[in-house]
Amino acid sequence: MYFESLAAVVQMEGHGAFVWSAYFITIGVIVFMVYAPRRREKRFLRQLEGQIRRAEGGSPPSASKEV
Amino acid sequence: MWTLFHKFGSPPWLYRLSGAILRWLLPITVVALVAGSVWGLLFTAPDFRQGNSYRIIYIHVPAAVVALAGYYVMAIAGAVSLIWRMKMADIAMRACAPIGAALTFIALVTGSIWGKPTWGTWWVWDARITSMLILLFLYLGVVALYEAYENKALAAKACAVLSLVGTVNIPIIYKSVDWWYSLHQPASIKFTGGSTIDPSMLYPLLFMILAFYALFTCALLLNMRAEILQREQRTAWVRALAGERGGS
Repeated sequence: MYFESLAAVVQMEGHGAFVWSAYFITIGVIVFMVYAPRRREKRFLRQLEGQIRRAEGGSPPSASKEV
Repeated sequence: MWTLFHKFGSPPWLYRLSGAILRWLLPITVVALVAGSVWGLLFTAPDFRQGNSYRIIYIHVPAAVVALAGYYVMAIAGAVSLIWRMKMADIAMRACAPIGAALTFIALVTGSIWGKPTWGTWWVWDARITSMLILLFLYLGVVALYEAYENKALAAKACAVLSLVGTVNIPIIYKSVDWWYSLHQPASIKFTGGSTIDPSMLYPLLFMILAFYALFTCALLLNMRAEILQREQRTAWVRALAGERGGS
């Protein structure tokens, strides 16, 4: 390892604020990139499941042929 | 070949295949991103002129490289959608746009942060940065254009045309440092001739570029899965899937 202590890693000879802020912003965007579509998929399936249950309570759900 | 082409056109097949791929690709991508970052941040020597601020290169360059490559993927998907009216190509094009925008945003923000200790400024309207900003607007333009149309077939057509027209910006971004005076240095990594970056710095950079390509693939598949379900919500297989989830 290039640095000799944890404090040196954090400070990076005066450039720590720039380097770490760049990495933390990137981590935030990457987490959002992965999390957002997964959340959208799960939420959609939950909503659809609710719709199907409600439809089953009344008239049967209409489903077209599998593509 | 044509069988595979037809299989890619099948939403349930692609949904199941993407699920199988993501099960191993997503953990590998996370490990690669962490390993590459640790390698670049802690196990390389600082640059003799820029000091430790250069370590931003391990996220800035991969994000920019993949943002540019992602635009080609979006434009090719747009062309396939226009020519063959292939539903999955339209979905792929739509899925590329937010990912490309996110990667371009990372490249611009990390570049700006790197610029402060290196050039003494957060922002400068030089050719490379301005053309990257245009790339961000093109990606956001595709997202906005798709949402603006009520008729989604028309939206797909308009987005495909915008994607194809926007490809003119990509070679401009690549060559901007050669064509105009710029604060950006010319390319350090060259496939023909010697690279001007030391191998001890180059290898973690190449590793991170690969990790970002894997990230792009994961994000593309995740976005496509969400889009497939929404578009196919009236089909039996999606309703069965929702039923399975509810039952489990």
